[in-house]
Amino acid sequence: MSNPILVSNTLNPHQWVNNHADYLYTYALRRINDDEQARDLVQEVFLAALEKADRFEGRSSERTWLTAILKNKIIDIYRKRSSGLNKAAKTDEKAYEDFFYDDGHWREEHWPKEFGVEDQDPLHNKEFNRVLQQCMQKLPALWLAVFTMKHMEEESSENICKQLKVTSANFWVIIHRAKLNLRACLQKNWI
Amino acid sequence: MGPIKKIRYNCRKATLLIEKKLISGLSLPEKVELHIHLAGCSVCRVFDKQSAIINTMVRQMLTNADDNNVQLDDDFKQDLQHRIEDELNKD
Repeated sequence: MSNPILVSNTLNPHQWVNNHADYLYTYALRRINDDEQARDLVQEVFLAALEKADRFEGRSSERTWLTAILKNKIIDIYRKRSSGLNKAAKTDEKAYEDFFYDDGHWREEHWPKEFGVEDQDPLHNKEFNRVLQQCMQKLPALWLAVFTMKHMEEESSENICKQLKVTSANFWVIIHRAKLNLRACLQKNWI
Repeated sequence: MGPIKKIRYNCRKATLLIEKKLISGLSLPEKVELHIHLAGCSVCRVFDKQSAIINTMVRQMLTNADDNNVQLDDDFKQDLQHRIEDELNKD
């Protein structure tokens, strides 16, 4: 008699494309916003998965396992994109615009105003999501990497700092600035 | 400037504390500081509300990779499956 808990998940590469390609592609595209790179990643994931198929222990589902491989590759891309940080950041001066006066007060032109979606259910608001995605893409690469890893993958802050080589103090500066800019962009493009 | 006035006036610090609250939680003194600030600052109260909403929406948008209409085209998929089969036949 077989115990269903002990039956492990198996890999079926003959069905990988059918079963997982669109999912992995969407997953990648949402996180790196580059169609060609997302396609390449899907292919790389499958090929890498074949190579280490013998190390698949069946403890997670096939999809979870493939997604974990993809996630590591996405972090590699974040790292590469943000390593050219200084150059990229300087060209994007708007991102460094100061929202506050020296005494810590909001500059009037940056006062947060209600979006008008706060009290509805914004989660089903496709149009708002589209604007949100565009605004995220305007963030400098390193900020987007930190922000995405934190909010999407729920990585530990320590791990993000290690992977992306930022100090803990800098991590908070980035989190703070990324949100200020993202929020301002939403206000500008939504209201 | 007295300590309370300093807290009242510092929106830069308050918005940083709001982010910290959402990610790692605040120490007791930080909680008190943020509470005092928000009680007197309607602008930061809007930020506080929106910041949490933005986090929820980002998470929602990025974790729901399933219900999306982006799809790979069939040619790409066919080629991809062929490559996989080629690799499998090598062994």
